[in-house]
Order: sequence, then structure tokens, then C-alpha cells
Amino acid sequence: MSDKKRVSRRQFLNYTLTGVGGFMAAGMLAPMVRFAIDPVLKSKEGGDLKSVASVDEITKEPQRFEWTIDQVDGWYESEVQKTAWVYKDDNDEIVALSPICTHLGCTVDWGSNDEYPNEFYCPCHGGRYTKDGDNVPGTPPTAPLPVFEHETKEGMLYLGEAKDRGGA
Amino acid sequence: MLQRIYDWVDERVDVTPLWRDIADHEVPEHVNPAHHFSAFVYCFGGLTFFVTVIQILSGMFLTMYYVPDIENAWKSVYYLQREVAYGQIVRGMHHWGASLVIVMLFLHTLRVFFQGAYKKPRELNWVIGVLLFFVMLGLGFTGYLLPWDNKAYFATQVGLEIAAATPFIGDQIRTLLAGDPSIVGAQTLTRFFAIHVFFLPAALFGLMAFHFVLIRKQGISGPL
Repeated sequence: MSDKKRVSRRQFLNYTLTGVGGFMAAGMLAPMVRFAIDPVLKSKEGGDLKSVASVDEITKEPQRFEWTIDQVDGWYESEVQKTAWVYKDDNDEIVALSPICTHLGCTVDWGSNDEYPNEFYCPCHGGRYTKDGDNVPGTPPTAPLPVFEHETKEGMLYLGEAKDRGGA
Repeated sequence: MLQRIYDWVDERVDVTPLWRDIADHEVPEHVNPAHHFSAFVYCFGGLTFFVTVIQILSGMFLTMYYVPDIENAWKSVYYLQREVAYGQIVRGMHHWGASLVIVMLFLHTLRVFFQGAYKKPRELNWVIGVLLFFVMLGLGFTGYLLPWDNKAYFATQVGLEIAAATPFIGDQIRTLLAGDPSIVGAQTLTRFFAIHVFFLPAALFGLMAFHFVLIRKQGISGPL
């Protein structure tokens, strides 16, 4: 062993102390950090689909439907109101769009702006979407409106979670 | 790498004398358990500090989930202990640490007392130590209410009755602590929470700093 590589007594003690100290600190902090980051690591369970409206109420024109879901927020459970814009497209397929603007989360309205009667319009920053929920280029939103997963059973429309459709 | 970062900072701010002042001092032989095993009694002050650090850290993390409200306090504690990963461990650290810190504090006090280390010129540091002891008891008392279960409620009820037994101003002290002349409830819980996480820790930090500055200034008392 060359003298250069030799670890001095002082260095050895330094390494040992740092190691033991680091181990103790890690043992102390690991549970606390895992505890703090738990919300990030918790797997999200998909909610059940909820009955929203009768299928014959749905027209070609988007209509606002409201329903409530049971929301569990940590130790707090409550009923939360959800909203969807629902219509039948040209192939008679049901489309249910989330009203949450993909720009910064305001609520969009159908045809509320006289200048854009057949579009979804967001009053916050003038974001616009076509009837099928695609964002109009040149307006603030960069992604189309999310679509609710849906299902029809015994003449009723059931809606689940709103799914993002990506963006460009 | 670390050395280079340290050198970079040190070159500009000259931190070496600062930490040398804090950390680099000789441990006298009579305090070193390597020389005399019985010197382990000198560890209790440091152990009190160590447990206090654990209490501060685990307490900070617990407030991420805890709510000081009579509707939600118990539920939030139940949630963080049952549903959150390591909740039982983190709450356990705070729970057991609270008792341990009192034990360590007591052993430290016994050592100082029986060695006569409180004598001149260290009387002031003894007084500060006693104040620290009271602050710790206050932290224990206020923290005990926070889970808002039956044990917490009735322990606080009893504690408040004891405070109310003070001559002349007993009722006022009770109301001041509980936030209401007769109810142990919503206002008591928020008060105890505020005292537990803001007022007493502030007092604790101030007193601890003073305690440590005096130790550095006066040095450890000599051998018996």
C-alpha cells in the first residue's frame, strides 16, 4: 500500500462517524419522508359510473347535466356536484364533455358568447372549443376538453371519470 | 466535490471559524466515557436534545395531516395512523418521544444536581434548565389533548381543574387556557394546538439557545 492511499486515523474516524450519523439520520427521516410523500404514491382508485340522465333527454345540442358523486378526501367524505356537457353526435353516439377548461381550469359554457354561438367558450381568458371539444387554435387552451367515460344501461346514461385527451 | 463547494463558500464567507467555534472544542477527560465509563452520565443532556430534534421533526410532519378542529381532529389522527404509509411510526415517534424526553430531562437534571454542577458560576443555567423543564411539561400537557379522544379530553379536564385551584385567579387561568369559562371544546383545542406548535416551541428554542451559549461560555464543570 502506498502512503498516498493510506487512510489516516483521523480520516477513518471521520468516515465512521459520518457513516453512523448518516445512518441514524436516514433511519429517522425515512419514515417521515415516506409519510409526507404518501399522497403522491397512493394509487388512485377509479370511481363507479353514476346515473346522470335519461338517454331520451339527450339532444343534438349540448346540454348541461349535473349529478353528484361521493367524494372521499382523506378523513372527509362529502357529496360533490359534477357537471358535463352531453349531446349526440352525427352518428347518434353520445358525447359527454368535461366543462373544465384545459387552459387554467375555469368552467366553459356552450354558446354563451354571442360571437361564437356554436362553440364552448371560457369567460376567463376567452378560450374556445368546437362542438366536439377540440380547442380552437389561437385561443389559450392547448388541449381538447376531457371526455367522460360513459355507458348506457336501461335507457339511462352513466358517467364516470373525465379522461384527458392529450394536447398539442 | 463537496470539499470544493465548501471551499468556494469558505473563500467568500469565511465560515470555518464559525463552525469551529460551535463544534471544535476539547472534551475534558472526566467527561469522556472512553476514559471513565461512568462519564456516560454526561450524555443525558445531549440525549434530551436528540430526542427534542426527533420531536420537532416528527411534529412538523404530523401537522401535514392533523387538523385542530373538534369535528376532524380525531378523524384526521385516525386517518394518518391507519391510511397513510408509516403514519403509525411517525405518530409513534412523537408519542413515545414525548415520554422519553421527560425521562432524559430528568436524568440530566439528576446528574447536574448530584454533581453539584449548578453551583456558582452556573446558577443561571440551572434556572434556564428549570424553565426548559416547565416548557417541556407544557408541551406534554397541550399535546396530550390534540388527538381529541376520551383520554385526551378527560386528562385536559383534570389539568384545567388543577389550574383552576390556583388561589384568587384560578378561574381566570382556567378560562385563559380553555378559551371558555365552562366548556372544554372547540376553542380549547385550537388554543392548545397554537400553544403546542407555536408558542411553546418558540420559548423552547430561545431557552435552548441560551442554555447552549452558556455551556460554551462557561465550559463543562470540573471533575468531582
